[in-house]
Amino acid sequence: MNRYTVSLFTENFIGILNRVTLIFTRRGVNIDALTASESKEDGVHRITIEVTTTEDQVIQIVKQTEKIIDVIKSFYYKDDEVVYQEIALYKIPISSLDPGLEKVIRQYNARIISAEKEFVVIEMTGHKEDTKALLEILKDFNILEFARSGRVAVAKPMGTIEQYLNN
Amino acid sequence: MKDSRIRGAEIVIKSLVAENSEYIFGYPGGAIMPVYDALYDYADQIKHVLTRHEQGAIHAAQGYARVSGKVGVCMATSGPGATNLITGIADAMIDSTPLVCITGQVASPLLGTDAFQETDVVGFSMPGTKWNIQVRRVEDIAPAIAKGFHIARSGRPGPVLIDITKDAQNDLGEFNYVPCLGIRSYRPYPKVKESQVAKAAEVINSAKKPYVLYGQGVVIGKAEEELKAFLDKTGIPAACTLLGSGALSEDHPQYVGKLGMHGNYAPNLLTNQCDVLIAIGMRFDDRVTGDLKRYAKQAKVVHLELDNAEIDKNVKAEVAILGNCKESLPMLTQKVNENSHEEWLKEFRKLEEKEKSAVVSLDLLPTKSGLTMGEVIRYINDYKKDDAILVTDVGQHQMIAWRYFKYKTSRTQVTSGGLGTMGFSLPAALGAQLADLNRQVVCVVGDGGIQMTIQELGTIMQTQSPVKVVLLNNNFLGMVRQWQQLFFDKRYSFTELDNPDFIKIAEAYNMKTSKVTERDDLRDSVAEMMIHDGPYFLEVVVEKEDNVFPMIPTGCSVEEVRLS
Repeated sequence: MNRYTVSLFTENFIGILNRVTLIFTRRGVNIDALTASESKEDGVHRITIEVTTTEDQVIQIVKQTEKIIDVIKSFYYKDDEVVYQEIALYKIPISSLDPGLEKVIRQYNARIISAEKEFVVIEMTGHKEDTKALLEILKDFNILEFARSGRVAVAKPMGTIEQYLNN
Repeated sequence: MKDSRIRGAEIVIKSLVAENSEYIFGYPGGAIMPVYDALYDYADQIKHVLTRHEQGAIHAAQGYARVSGKVGVCMATSGPGATNLITGIADAMIDSTPLVCITGQVASPLLGTDAFQETDVVGFSMPGTKWNIQVRRVEDIAPAIAKGFHIARSGRPGPVLIDITKDAQNDLGEFNYVPCLGIRSYRPYPKVKESQVAKAAEVINSAKKPYVLYGQGVVIGKAEEELKAFLDKTGIPAACTLLGSGALSEDHPQYVGKLGMHGNYAPNLLTNQCDVLIAIGMRFDDRVTGDLKRYAKQAKVVHLELDNAEIDKNVKAEVAILGNCKESLPMLTQKVNENSHEEWLKEFRKLEEKEKSAVVSLDLLPTKSGLTMGEVIRYINDYKKDDAILVTDVGQHQMIAWRYFKYKTSRTQVTSGGLGTMGFSLPAALGAQLADLNRQVVCVVGDGGIQMTIQELGTIMQTQSPVKVVLLNNNFLGMVRQWQQLFFDKRYSFTELDNPDFIKIAEAYNMKTSKVTERDDLRDSVAEMMIHDGPYFLEVVVEKEDNVFPMIPTGCSVEEVRLS
C-alpha cells in the first residue's frame, strides 16, 4: 500500500464528482482527501484525490475514471512526483494565549488569521505530517476545532493537459 | 407569423426519428404522458411496442440492438417505471449493448420533494450507464438525445439514460436536430499504434503453439471478415467466448470450440499449454479464466482491445494493441507470417474426441429414458437456417443451448452473458425478431426464467412476432440445483418448483403450442415449430436432475475442467 495522488481533468458538469467517487467506492478504496477547482484551461475542472492503495488498484481506478464520458484525462502520482500542499485551520480559545503559543506559531511558520472575542484562528500550510504535528502540540492549548483541506497538487512530470487536449 | 415552436415531447419523438430509430419499446405513465401524446401523431414514422413491464421493454430493446447492431430505444415513466429499467441497464452495460433509455421525470419544481412517482433515476443509474443526464429545459432535449446516441453506439457501446422532466416535455421550443459527432472529453476510437502491431506480429511469428480467443468485440467492431482473414493466414486455432459465438463460423477448420466454465474441454485445457495467447475483443471474464493465478501463466498474451480499462485488468498483456480490432486486425494480418499449426490443432481434436465420448454423445444421443436438453438443441439445428438467432435465458439450458447450437453467422447469439439476468430471453427474443422478421428466432428458456417475464407472451401475441419459444422444463432451478448437488451435499434448498400448466398459459395468449414428454415425439414437434410461420410455444419436459458438463468449478484452474 502506498499513498497516491489521483489527478483528474474533467468537464464541469453536474454529477461529475459523484461519477468519479463511485469508481473508488466500487473497488472499496477509501478517499483520504479530495479537492476540486478550476484548472489553467478555460472550462476544464480538476479534481485531486488522495488515496492509500496498491499500484495495481490505482492504475485500474485511473483507467476506469477515464471511461467516464466527462473525464478528459486522469493521472496518478506517487508523493515524490507531485508538489502538494494542504491548509489547516486551528481554533484556539483566547484563554490559551500565552508566550508558549507564540513560540509554537513561529516554530511552525503558522500565523493567526483571525482574532475574535473568544478565540483566535491559526492557519498553517504544509504537508499532512507537519499540520498534524502542530495539531498535537495545540491540544495542550485546549484547541477547540481543527480542519484540514485535501491536497492541492501539481505534477512534476512536464506532460500537460493542454498538450493532451491539442493532440 | 406562425409560431414554429413545438412541445418538448414532440422534440423527443422527432429526435428519435432523426436518429432513424425504428422501434421504441416502452410503457406509458404519468410523467412521460406528453411524449406518448406526441407519439400518437408519428405512428407512420416510428413504431412503438407496448411491453407488459418496463423490464420487458429494455430487454426487448437489447435483443433488437444485439441483432440489428443499431441503438435500441426504450421508454418508461418516472419512479417505478424508471427503476424497472435498472436490471436491463446493468445487463446492457456489462454486455456492451447500445441503448438509449428515455424516462419521464416529475416537473422540475417538484424535484427533490418526494413527489408522486419521483425517484432519482439519474442517481440510481449513474454507476450502471455509460452516460446519463437529466434534462430540465426544452432546449436541452435534442442535444441530449443526439449526445446520447453518439455515446451509446460509439467505442465500446453501452446504455445511456436521458431523464426528461415533465415541464421540459410540455414547454415550447425550436426543433433543430444536430447529430453529435464528437465530444471533447470522449475518445471512443484510440488510434492503433503501428509499433504495438509490429511487436505483436513478432511474438506471434515466433510462436510454436499460438492460440486465439475471440469475443464480442469482433461482432461489435463488425470485424468478422478481418478475424477470418487473420486466422486463414496464420493457421492458428481459435476458440470463442459466450458472446463471441457466431463471429466465426463453427465450420471453420481452425474453430476449436468454446471457452469458459461450461465451454468445451480442449479450449479450456489447452489454454494452459499454448505459448502465445491472442485475445481479440474479449475481456478475460472470470467465467472464462477460472483461477487467474493459474491461467495461461506459460503464455505470452497479446491483447487486441478497444477499452483501455480492460487491458491488464485481469490478465497482464505482453503486448496490448489498443483500438478497434476492425482496424488493428488487418494491420496485424499484414505483418504475420503465413503458417499452419496442424500438429497443435490435432491436440485440440484429440481432446475433442474425449469430450464427445464422455459428454456430447450422452447429451445429444441419449439412451436413458429422460429427455436431455441437448437433444432438443440437436433437432433445432436440423431445422434452423444458418442465420437463425438463438436467444437464451440464464442457467443450464443457456449453457447447453450455447454448447450445441451450430453458430454459422454473426449476430446469431443473444443472451445475458455478463449479468446473467434470468427473465432476459422472452422479451429479448421479441426484440431480436422485430430487428429482422425474416430470420428465425428461437428462444430457449428454462421453467425458472420464463416465469420472471412470462407476461411478455402478451407482447409477442400483440405484435404477432413469430418467435419460437422452447421451454426446457425440469421443474428445477437447474443450475443452482447442480451446484447444490456438487458443492452443497445435495441440499436442494428452495430450487424445486411447483409449476403451472405452461401450455394453458401459452394457449391463453393464443399461441400455437405443443408439449413433448416422449423422445419419439421430439423431432416432429421441433420440426412443426420451426416451419410454423407465427409465434409458437413448445414445452419439452426434460430429465429433472441432469447436469451440465464439462465444468470448471469456481476457484479451479482451466486445466481442472471436469468431464463429469
